[in-house]
Amino acid sequence: MIAEAGLGLLWLAAALSLLQLTLGVIGLRHARDDFVRAMPTVAVLQALLVGLAFLCLIAVFMLSDMSVKLVASHSHSDKPWLYKLAGSWGNHEGSMLLWVTILAAAGAAVALFEDKVSAPTKAATLAAQAAIGAGFYAFLLFASSPFERLNPAAAEGQGLNPVLQDPGLAFHPPTLYIGYVGLSVAFSFAVGALITREVNASFARAMRPWVLGAWVFLTLGITAGSYWAYYELGWGGWWFWDPVENASLMPWLAATALLHSVTVLATRDALRAWTVMLGVVAFSMSMVGTFLVRSGVLTSVHSFAVDPTRGAFILALLALYIGGALTLFALRVGAVREGAQFEPVSRETALVINNLLLSMILALVLFGTLYPLIMAGFGKQVSVGAPYFDKVVGPVALVLAAFMAAGPLVRWRRDAAKAVVRRVAIPLAVAALVLGGFALSGIGVLPLFGLALAGGLAAASIAPLWNRNLRRTPLFTWGMVVAHLGAAVSLAGMAADSAFMKERLIALPVGGVTSVGPFAVTLTGIAPTVGQNWSALEASLSARRGAAETRMTPQARVYPAPYTETSEAALATQWDGQLYAALGKQNPDGRWQIRLWWKPLVTLIWIGGIMIALGGALALIGRVRRARA
Amino acid sequence: MKAKHQRLVLIIAALAALIAATLLAMSALSDQAAYFYAPGDVKANPLPLDRAVRLGGMVKKGSITREPDGVSIRFVVEDGVAEVPVLFSGIAPDLFKEASGVVAEGRFQKNGSFTATNLLAKHDEKYMPPELEGKMHKTGKVSQ
Repeated sequence: MIAEAGLGLLWLAAALSLLQLTLGVIGLRHARDDFVRAMPTVAVLQALLVGLAFLCLIAVFMLSDMSVKLVASHSHSDKPWLYKLAGSWGNHEGSMLLWVTILAAAGAAVALFEDKVSAPTKAATLAAQAAIGAGFYAFLLFASSPFERLNPAAAEGQGLNPVLQDPGLAFHPPTLYIGYVGLSVAFSFAVGALITREVNASFARAMRPWVLGAWVFLTLGITAGSYWAYYELGWGGWWFWDPVENASLMPWLAATALLHSVTVLATRDALRAWTVMLGVVAFSMSMVGTFLVRSGVLTSVHSFAVDPTRGAFILALLALYIGGALTLFALRVGAVREGAQFEPVSRETALVINNLLLSMILALVLFGTLYPLIMAGFGKQVSVGAPYFDKVVGPVALVLAAFMAAGPLVRWRRDAAKAVVRRVAIPLAVAALVLGGFALSGIGVLPLFGLALAGGLAAASIAPLWNRNLRRTPLFTWGMVVAHLGAAVSLAGMAADSAFMKERLIALPVGGVTSVGPFAVTLTGIAPTVGQNWSALEASLSARRGAAETRMTPQARVYPAPYTETSEAALATQWDGQLYAALGKQNPDGRWQIRLWWKPLVTLIWIGGIMIALGGALALIGRVRRARA
Repeated sequence: MKAKHQRLVLIIAALAALIAATLLAMSALSDQAAYFYAPGDVKANPLPLDRAVRLGGMVKKGSITREPDGVSIRFVVEDGVAEVPVLFSGIAPDLFKEASGVVAEGRFQKNGSFTATNLLAKHDEKYMPPELEGKMHKTGKVSQ
């Protein structure tokens, strides 16, 4: 019954999205105010219905209703409740339902809270949002229905992939999706403004909080995903350049560029066409990502299902929306009045450079991700991996960090080159000091410059607070300071991890001792242990550092349903880094393979990520407050 | 600065960024293009000593031996044309075994051997790396 109710609600929501689109088109064409005024109500109702449909899916998972095909193939009645809950979006159909739920919720939020843009632009925005929704409802209903029944019902489910059985699954995909799909609002705003030809500073001020909000969630989602992969996959790395990671990074890069260009548009009424273009590109990257992940065209740890009809369906949607938006852009860009001019030495110029560099990184990542697909079209099999991405992204990102340090120290409108040089002198000195300090320590060029730039960027980030009354400093300035400082912190973590990481791979008998970095590690025992739905061999390690001792218990787990072996790494977090331990196999001579990493300052990577998101949140609160005041 | 000039400067900057990105991508991909090797590929051609590559093939039957340190193994990768001895230190994947496919990541040594830092063997006994399948067909080793 619940499954049928869910399906019915989904059909109703789809019908409402078509209604919303029709109301918008007729309302704008024939200047029917009553049609336009009805749109927000429809948008909210649509979000409520699809939200209820999503609750129905959660309900069948929580109740382990094995007559629903999706539950039978992805859940198991023995699972802890958290993973039953999270399992509802840990599969293709459920994750797409979450996708449209967030899409509809974003539309409803615009309908309820957006009162800065003109009524026609808001109507056009809601119509664009409904148009996107209609396509993805069709995809759900015709190509990936989550509520399909299984007759006869299965006696027991096939279980959830054990790698996904982690609290991370409850948090990471929803956060990422809110960011990913939240960018649809930027897309709809851009399309809406092109339709009504109202691309100007007040439009930018209206769009900015939505971009900020999506960007904050996207940042958190990527940060959480990176930490999850780091401790769950047991390889000791924190970014793998997996196509799916790239799929989340690309919208982030576009949204970061958009965030800065929308500020130029809001403050100085410049970069009009470019900002609208970025709004289209950012969500297009989200859709490209969805296509890459959901079609299974690229091999990845995240691909759930390989189904050619689904791939073709999403590809058609992609072509329709991106092609449609770009065509509209081409037709209307002539009508977008030239924005204001700006001086060569000014904040505007710095932000243009920021946008160019971010776009460059985006293009390089997109190209590397799609290159294997392009070559496959020519009948060649190639794989593009970390060596390519490290080589192309690393240097550009460092140049970006340098401009990121200088940018906030340049004034809007016009500044004197000499004054700018004076302001960047201290950060430059800090960077030079760090560079000099580590120059002879034999670390690689990229990590060396990474550390130096992190130092310089940190100093430059707090410089805008210099000589200011901290209490009267606006919240959005604090936001910028915290976010930029977060980038410096994150960069320092990345560089320190790659420069100073120590690794030890060894076969130890019980009682054996080894060392890694500042630690002396003893294998004190190996014992079997069991959990709710797994059994494991657990190693007891004692890690000594001076007088302090830390116990660590890495496991080699076995899940019976579906049968999988996983390695559960153990982490010991210290103030200056993390000790990472993974248990391998037993050798024929009785010794155990143990892999240890000492990763200095590695935690800064994710602390920096959280700071970046926090900075975004502060800026968002500051902007909304000022707008309401 | 006039509007026309400003647009020109912006276009030139964008073009410069585009050219820089293209050059960077091309230089990185020229390494990547020759990223995957089968033993037969290095028989006649010079060894790629200057970078990390992937070596793929079948693990020769009876070739796996353990080193006394307990974490290193030696084995031979073959493709019907040539053989390459491999030294690997690390925790081998479950499905790594003799007479099945493997992809080793690491570097060739001057003496023609290969030092691997990572081994890939999919969780499927029938798994054949897609890159390898083409090459094995070419050399006529795989005939199904």
